[in-house]
Amino acid sequence: MAFSQSSTGEKMNEMHESSFAPLSARRLLLLGGIGLILVGMLVGDIFAVFVLHQNAARVGASLASAAHAASAGDHSLGQASFQDVGAFLENRGTKVDTHVHLIDFGYLALLLAILQPWIAFAERMKRRLAWLFLAGAILLPVGVFLIHYVGLVYSPLETIGWASIFADFGGLLVMIATFGLLLGLGEHFRSRVSVPVKDALLLDRSASGRVLLVGGMVMVVAGFLHGAYYAAIDLYRHEALDASILSDMAKAAAANDAGMVDRSLEAYGQFQGDKAVKIAAHAHIIEFGLLTMLLAFFQPYVSLRETWKFRWAYVLILGSVLLPVCVLMELDFGLVAGGLADFGGLLVIVALLAMWIGILRYTGQLDGHLGEAR
Amino acid sequence: MNGARRLLILGGIALALWGMGYGLWYAVFAEHQALNGIGSSLAAAFDASASRNPGAREAAFGKYKQAKYVYDRQVDVHSHWIGLAMLLVVVGIAFDRVRFAESYKRMLALALVAGAAIFPMGVLLQTFDHGSVPRAITILGSALVIAALVGITLGLMGRQTLAE
Repeated sequence: MAFSQSSTGEKMNEMHESSFAPLSARRLLLLGGIGLILVGMLVGDIFAVFVLHQNAARVGASLASAAHAASAGDHSLGQASFQDVGAFLENRGTKVDTHVHLIDFGYLALLLAILQPWIAFAERMKRRLAWLFLAGAILLPVGVFLIHYVGLVYSPLETIGWASIFADFGGLLVMIATFGLLLGLGEHFRSRVSVPVKDALLLDRSASGRVLLVGGMVMVVAGFLHGAYYAAIDLYRHEALDASILSDMAKAAAANDAGMVDRSLEAYGQFQGDKAVKIAAHAHIIEFGLLTMLLAFFQPYVSLRETWKFRWAYVLILGSVLLPVCVLMELDFGLVAGGLADFGGLLVIVALLAMWIGILRYTGQLDGHLGEAR
Repeated sequence: MNGARRLLILGGIALALWGMGYGLWYAVFAEHQALNGIGSSLAAAFDASASRNPGAREAAFGKYKQAKYVYDRQVDVHSHWIGLAMLLVVVGIAFDRVRFAESYKRMLALALVAGAAIFPMGVLLQTFDHGSVPRAITILGSALVIAALVGITLGLMGRQTLAE
């Protein structure tokens, strides 16, 4: 029995070595993917603390200025205020897009890393596609982040600036790389003599992997249930409120009722806050659930003691639940809930960093082992 | 790779390509027009208020409401198709760890793929018809997704066999 177990272990090690060689596509996509997610989360945290609320206040102030301009019959100030609203929303939008794209490209990289053994291309080709993917996945968010600052400076086009052009080019690189890898996957399924894929990662049934897989799945289900609840209870109410509050604001402006304008503005701010926290909670718990599930597959590569793998798995799950739950409570409990939500985000970042370091340790051990074998 | 797993992974990839294709069409042909519609109708409503013209104000708010209704759904459709596609592939990879009989697993996979395709389709149909049929399709799709996910979660929680 002992002999059989050690022989199985050796076979697993050989399988890991062959699929996770230095600068292999899987290694590039895994380390690059977790790196993208980490940077994306840090950008999100910095955005939440230093930009989100300040920007929302500026949007509110510009909307108030537009309403008061309408009240005073000042058309030009009204138009200028709406242009300001547009500029602030663009600033906010590009930062949210940077955060979202970094994280989503990270997820896609992890997914493509898992699928590598099924991609029927030579390792060299897969490596090139992985580099192409990572180049595009970095270029697009950096380009999007710079859109607000670069504007149309030296642009050869009337409406699209250089930052947008580079961002679009990054997107194109990601699409080419993903499409190329999918062609390889299609080739595997089309192949008449389909060789069964043996991947040690997918054979792993470790306890920490199981905790992450089940925990992630429960989070995804919770997110879907919350989404269904939101659609049934809040969605149509929010849509009706959006138009009716703005209409009341415009009517009050026409009647020169400054008090009513201010009350409508306050109601509009509260409504937008209510909508934003509910959508953010729904999106975050599903995304964290998916991330937790993806990380479950890579546990054999995390070179840490089993107890520490467990601890980091639980820290990841705790942070992943704490953040959306506290975001949801932000309207009722204000800064306390906001602070706890940020702490949840920090827990996710720390757990992810710990797993990333564990994987780096594993690559060091693997490379050392390969060096000795040579 | 067994049938249920293949259905989830290939279904997920097909749905992702479909969602990206829809997103590309939307970004090129619809998004800017939609955003312009929302911005211009809102500005027109406040402009009409400044001119003390209630008729024009209400007409502009009507346009704003309709443009926002369509825009929100179009964005939701794109993000839900791609998000669900990713979930299908991840669940497909983990599907051999679901401890149920093959026939039951096939049924769960079919329900998840069907739900993931028709739930956003129902949302998209709401932009053409505000009646109850598109809403019923949306509810059916989301119910299929939730039921399948609950089933798969229970399967993942099942006891490990000795062989595992």
